[in-house]
Amino acid sequence: MFKILKYSFYDLIRSRWSYVYFLFYLLLGFVLLFLNNDISKAIITLMNVIIILVPLISTIFGIMYFYNSKEFTELLLAQPIKRSSIFLGQYFGVAGSLTLSLVFGLGIPFVLYGLFKSDAIFDFTLLLVTGAFLTLIFTVLSFNIALSNENKIKGFGYAVLLWLFLAVIYDGLFLMSLIVFKEYPLDGFSLAATMFNPIDLSRTLILLKLDISALLGYTGAVFKKFFGTDQGLFISMFMLVLWTVLPIWRLVIISKKKDF
Amino acid sequence: MKQVVFLLILIFNLLSGVSQQPKRITVCETCELKSIAEAIKTASDHDTLVIKKATYKEYNILVDRPLTIIGENYPVIDGEDKGEIIRIVSDNVTIDGLFIINVGTSYTSDYAAIRVVKSENFVIQNVVLEKLFFGIYLEKSNHGKVYHNKIVGDAQDEYNSGNGIQLWYSHNIEVSNNIVQGARDGIYLEFSHNVKIHNNKSTDNLRYGLHFMFSDDDVYTNNVFENNGAGVAVMFSKRITMKGNTFRKNWGTAAFGVLLKEINDAEIIENTFEENTIGIHIEGSNRITYKGNNFIKNGWGIKVLGACYTNTFSANNFLYNSFDISYNSKLNDNVFDGNYWSNYTGYDLDKNGIGDVPYRPVKLFSYVVNQTPEAIILLRSLFMDIIDFSEKVSPVFTPDNLMDINPLMTKVQ
Amino acid sequence: MIHIEGLCKKFGKNKVLSDLDLNIEEGGVFAVLGPNGSGKTTLIKSVLGMVVPDKGRISVMGEPIKKNWKYRKKIDYLPQIANFPGNLRVKELIRMIKDLRQGESNEEKLITLFKLEPFLDKKLSTLSGGTKQKVNIVLAFMFDSPLLILDEPTTGLDPASLIHLKELIREQKQKKKTILITSHIMQFVAEVSDIIIYLLEGDIYFKGTIAELKTKTAQTDLEHAIASIATTPAHV
Repeated sequence: MFKILKYSFYDLIRSRWSYVYFLFYLLLGFVLLFLNNDISKAIITLMNVIIILVPLISTIFGIMYFYNSKEFTELLLAQPIKRSSIFLGQYFGVAGSLTLSLVFGLGIPFVLYGLFKSDAIFDFTLLLVTGAFLTLIFTVLSFNIALSNENKIKGFGYAVLLWLFLAVIYDGLFLMSLIVFKEYPLDGFSLAATMFNPIDLSRTLILLKLDISALLGYTGAVFKKFFGTDQGLFISMFMLVLWTVLPIWRLVIISKKKDF
Repeated sequence: MKQVVFLLILIFNLLSGVSQQPKRITVCETCELKSIAEAIKTASDHDTLVIKKATYKEYNILVDRPLTIIGENYPVIDGEDKGEIIRIVSDNVTIDGLFIINVGTSYTSDYAAIRVVKSENFVIQNVVLEKLFFGIYLEKSNHGKVYHNKIVGDAQDEYNSGNGIQLWYSHNIEVSNNIVQGARDGIYLEFSHNVKIHNNKSTDNLRYGLHFMFSDDDVYTNNVFENNGAGVAVMFSKRITMKGNTFRKNWGTAAFGVLLKEINDAEIIENTFEENTIGIHIEGSNRITYKGNNFIKNGWGIKVLGACYTNTFSANNFLYNSFDISYNSKLNDNVFDGNYWSNYTGYDLDKNGIGDVPYRPVKLFSYVVNQTPEAIILLRSLFMDIIDFSEKVSPVFTPDNLMDINPLMTKVQ
Repeated sequence: MIHIEGLCKKFGKNKVLSDLDLNIEEGGVFAVLGPNGSGKTTLIKSVLGMVVPDKGRISVMGEPIKKNWKYRKKIDYLPQIANFPGNLRVKELIRMIKDLRQGESNEEKLITLFKLEPFLDKKLSTLSGGTKQKVNIVLAFMFDSPLLILDEPTTGLDPASLIHLKELIREQKQKKKTILITSHIMQFVAEVSDIIIYLLEGDIYFKGTIAELKTKTAQTDLEHAIASIATTPAHV
């Protein structure tokens, strides 16, 4: 698996798109910090970027890579290599190069700006960790979609739809159900609903840092326990891990059954 | 004849005066006088009692004549939870440098460590109070000073705890440089006018750091209120000035930096509200000037409930609050002008330091959260940003005239 | 060498292989022929483990291939479409495959044979179809495995390279290797193969030497023999 990872990774870090992605984050980091001179504001803007753009880019990048390397995959399949190693290797190659672009692209400007001397370092680290998780999750989701759909156009469509659903539509439905059932105690429900969407989950993690004052204004006991203690952080992290591991597991299972 | 009588009286007075020269009375474990109460009984007016370092197990000490009671190296007065410890019923009393512990707790009477009743010109300073019920209780007493005391309570429940410093029908008092923590209310004022409260630090109290009721013309400046159960409550009072205070980390369901309820003609200037669930919670308060305040990282910078008229907000900084302003109605009669909003995304083409596009500080989402509190979990989601944007373009649920026409491009220093 | 028993495979409702039995003995060149969609590629991919059969058993050199991947060490495969990761250089691709297989290899000889030296430092995405096919051939022949599977090996090759390919196949044959070929070029098949396996509608329709085939169909030319085989009634 590590060999495949290595080659996929090399392949990717030499592709134009990784650079575009990397430069995009680099530029974003510099613009935010040096035109604005306000680290707190930069972090808030970055959060929006991370929870919206990172999933979108990971999804599209993942699905494109998978379809484009179809023949390469077939070449590998005929080699004495375990099937799961091929897909996991490719997956970690893609996710790894995307994560590195993100971490370095954003990290460099922040370090140059003097982040290590700032209190914002924890918020920033949390942002990067969340971004890395989102990359891992959305890349594996797109791999799953690609593996289940022979047709590129269809697969691409499903992937974009998945992003749109999780990034926007899900929250709309979520809010509607909150409004419809507002007579009932809903804090348990809303936390659960958050857990089922990795974007919401990541957002919650960041909210724990940025908006704890507002979150603690809410009455529900479940909320209070979740946000008021470290429990929220642990549960959210655990769910993110689950969101990463379960699709990877599915990827392995269906890759074993698939014909090429 | 008259003059002679007058002269005689004068001479007599002088003579008796000499005989009653203020004297120093020492109280210690090995002295003749071993108890403070006893010493007070032997003392004459204007005497000074020096209490040496020791532990005195006394309570119900009545100070009924003008005396100065000074502790040396903080002698301990242990009330052994039996009741009130010192009661001052005379004018011109000074209490200085005592360490008072174990005030009795009662459900029927408000036992205090030091209670001043119907007296004037008193000074209470350098006193340390621990394990208390009520701390310093001023009752219908005027023209006094409560200076540099430290009050450390261990209040657990509201029903069996008391306030750190309480003023009741007491006017022209100065409360300064005190540290109050762990009481029910840190400082409590009721029907007390012309009081100056400054440089105090009121933290970790069960309910309010400072609590005002029906007290007019009071000024409080440069105090710090931090991590109190519900922040600071200012209610039913007129002409209050709040300046240069800091309100921090008051977190919780009904927690705020300041609650203003039925407050008229007040001035709120250059205060800092940082990381509170609500910076200022305003209910039915009119003609208030908010100027040069910093609202930093609060859940809600300002939450306006009910009718509030002719308030002016200018030259304030609103930095990284989850919500800058929240209204529960569509009506607005308040003016927002020339503030800095970190959420402002407009531009300044003519480079005059004022944004060319007005800023609308009330988001639709804050309205949604008022209706459905659980929706708070959708804060900063793309979906919410989208509906906030549409509301910004054409306000339906939020007051359409509520905007800052001159939003600043840089922070107010 | 390869033993297949009762092999069935459906893609959706489309039955590609139905109850196929096949035994491929060790040594010799076996040409798998058949009309389009007769299941040639599926059969080959089943042997390679790329297609998972619905039913049936396959064993390669006595080893059942189900849930097994190590047997592929004994197979060299030349896929039908030569398309590689575009960002890799030819040299790197060869090194990578070597790295992945960890076996003895003789790529240098093959590179010289196909005159690939000028392309070694080029990215694969810049190569022409024919050159890619040459790289493909190098990758398939550079190891010394007992079983070779070549899926349309002639695609895009110029005449000189075609001659080299034939020589290579002959060379391997002499080493007593088993070679499985699919091709649509009958002249090529006639030149290199010993045994013809003819697939029709997912089953073996004919298996035998070219001579046997010609006799059976009463044709003198392989191309015609193949064309008429389907109309000849009954099995062998």
